[in-house]
Amino acid sequence: MNALLDALLGLGPQLAEHVLLCAAAIALGIVVALPLAVWASRSPHVAKVTLGFASLVQTIPALALLALFFPILLAARSVFGEGLPTLGFLPAWLALALYALLPILRNAVTALTNLDPELIEAADGLGMTSWQKLRLVEAPLAAPFVMAGIRTASVWTIGAATLATTIGQPSLGDPIFAGLQTQNWVLVLAGCIASAGLALVADGLLGVVERGLALRRPRLALAGALLALAGITAAALSLADWRGGDARETVVIGAKNFSEQYILARAIGLTLEEAGYAVEYREGLGSAVVHSAVTTGAIDIAIDYTGTLWTNQLERSDNPGRAAMYEELVRWEADTSGTRVLGRLGFENAYGLAVARDTADIFDLESIADLAAVAPPMTVGGDPEWFERPEWRAVRDAYGLRFAEERTFAPTFMYNALKSAEAHVISAYTSDGRIAADGLVVLDDPLEALPSYDAIILLSPRVAGDEALVEALEPLIGAIDVETMREANYMVDRDDDKATPEEAARWLLNAIR
Amino acid sequence: MAEAASPFLRCEALSKTYAGTRALRDISLDVARGEFVALVGASGSGKSTLLKCINRLVEPTSGRVLLDGEDVTTGPAPALRRRIGYVFQGIGLFPHMTVAENVAVGARLKRQRLSGERIAELLALVELDADLASRLPAELSGGQRQRVGVARALATDSHLLLMDEPFGALDPITRGGLGERVRRLHDELGLTTVMVTHDMAEALLLATRVLVMDAGEIVADATPQQLLAGEGGEVAQALVAVPRAQARALSGLGAGIGE
Repeated sequence: MNALLDALLGLGPQLAEHVLLCAAAIALGIVVALPLAVWASRSPHVAKVTLGFASLVQTIPALALLALFFPILLAARSVFGEGLPTLGFLPAWLALALYALLPILRNAVTALTNLDPELIEAADGLGMTSWQKLRLVEAPLAAPFVMAGIRTASVWTIGAATLATTIGQPSLGDPIFAGLQTQNWVLVLAGCIASAGLALVADGLLGVVERGLALRRPRLALAGALLALAGITAAALSLADWRGGDARETVVIGAKNFSEQYILARAIGLTLEEAGYAVEYREGLGSAVVHSAVTTGAIDIAIDYTGTLWTNQLERSDNPGRAAMYEELVRWEADTSGTRVLGRLGFENAYGLAVARDTADIFDLESIADLAAVAPPMTVGGDPEWFERPEWRAVRDAYGLRFAEERTFAPTFMYNALKSAEAHVISAYTSDGRIAADGLVVLDDPLEALPSYDAIILLSPRVAGDEALVEALEPLIGAIDVETMREANYMVDRDDDKATPEEAARWLLNAIR
Repeated sequence: MAEAASPFLRCEALSKTYAGTRALRDISLDVARGEFVALVGASGSGKSTLLKCINRLVEPTSGRVLLDGEDVTTGPAPALRRRIGYVFQGIGLFPHMTVAENVAVGARLKRQRLSGERIAELLALVELDADLASRLPAELSGGQRQRVGVARALATDSHLLLMDEPFGALDPITRGGLGERVRRLHDELGLTTVMVTHDMAEALLLATRVLVMDAGEIVADATPQQLLAGEGGEVAQALVAVPRAQARALSGLGAGIGE
């Protein structure tokens, strides 16, 4: 219980970011939706088109909508210039505002088109212009219904905003995503409680405004609105305080959504803080987003893997060998975007095929070639993307692997599946701490069908020339062997006595010094 | 009727067609200042359409309306309507405004303000207490609401008052009282009034001139006295026959009780 309380109390900055993001998104939603609603209420054709569009947006999963704004903004750079942010606040704001449109729009249009026709006749008969009719009659009568729509939009937005974490905007999703990846349920719970609590508070305050409007008690409405505004202002002030000082020197470190990335991001952050840098983290980023983020300067430092970039960015399917691949990658990054590959950390996080010690003993397995002969009755397990990846096709075709069944598991459960014999072979990550802990055997790859996955540090064009920063990070290069990384990962991934990524990072830094 | 060169209100060859149906057929009509004209007819006879052509809530298909010699389509419709009092069966008091705000809303449209005294005065004209001013319409009875509706129509100092079934939704007692009150205001304030009603008794009691409409045409144009004397033609007399028969039946009943 104490841990939960600590986790909740540590969420101040994320809560403030969450409040500001949601407030800005709902404000934009209102600004766009209300004029559209007035237009739609005067033209059934416009109503059909706008409501249709808003409903369509609603059918896109929020996670996908947020992610889609990255390429959209990237494309928009050709118009607005290279300074346009593609990650963080801007895409989150736009996507959430779009998401907030529907409830506001639908309620406002319904309220405006269902006003008592006698009141409209009276307004016309008295000689009201269209604008006077809107201001004096339609708007005040529709207000409680519009407010109800804004309320719904707020609750939705506060929930959906937790997903903004995946595109690099700090939010209450930070603890949720970090907790999900590191199996730290206290963190997940803390994030959920905080965002649900915020939604309830917002719903309550806006409910007061709605009631004030419906009962025609302007003071009640005003009180609710002022309290909501006070909360937003407090959030803004608290952030201004945290961000105060020389914000320009802040180095932004990105991390993908798994334990090793969280740990390495913290290790880099701790190292830079010792060297006098202010650091910020963008954690839980989608795997595909990270590379674009660092090359476009949305983040300054990222850890990636040579094989991943080789197939996904260079779109190569050949395997020139470990050293050649690295050299080619360094050149390619410098040429295409000015991103600097600082160096290899020393370990590989490759895909490998792993079997339980028993299986290896029984079938006398040492390499994938040995496996091919006994594979047909076996079940192979992989993470959700494994069977779609070129590495799987490469290794399958190189060794002529055929299995009885292919099953996908979330990474955590993949290892459990091996224990419970629901899978006999899995696509393990070679730096995973559970390989040693579970006594797994990673099979050799004599044909080098699987590319190498050296962990490398990428520096964005902005900090590529910062020699002080390069010097500070130099001790990390080539310093982390796979055993050390496995142990650090296992500290975070194990079921009992979990360490936080930061604790694991401190242990890692100590271990390599 | 002998007229001065320019009548207060003139309709010239008005026609209105709704999706193939002719609601008004070539109607020409002059109304002199100070007249209280009742438009009487069955549902669908075109009487409301004719009334609404005057304040442009309905735009005629052809023909035109002149008010004080000027074509009503010369300026914008809202400006025209602000000069014309309009009372209708639905009343249309704004539920989010107090009685005082409802009465003053016409002035507000012209960026004017009505003083508390003026509002009290207007409420007094329709026999309402000044302390109702701060109430919301939902707190009033149906009769009180329509009185506020009339006060709102009078508030802009209009000289032309258009009423579309104004007392249709009221109970008979309220209806009679408010009708008489409106007739007296018409006389005292020197108004010109055009009232649509399907109730011939009401028309005969209140109006100075009764127009009977049937299928989009004016089929009779007579004073109440002329109609009661049997003039005005078949359609008009059929309508007059209803209240006359009721009156006869009532007096018969009264005689029965007396014996």
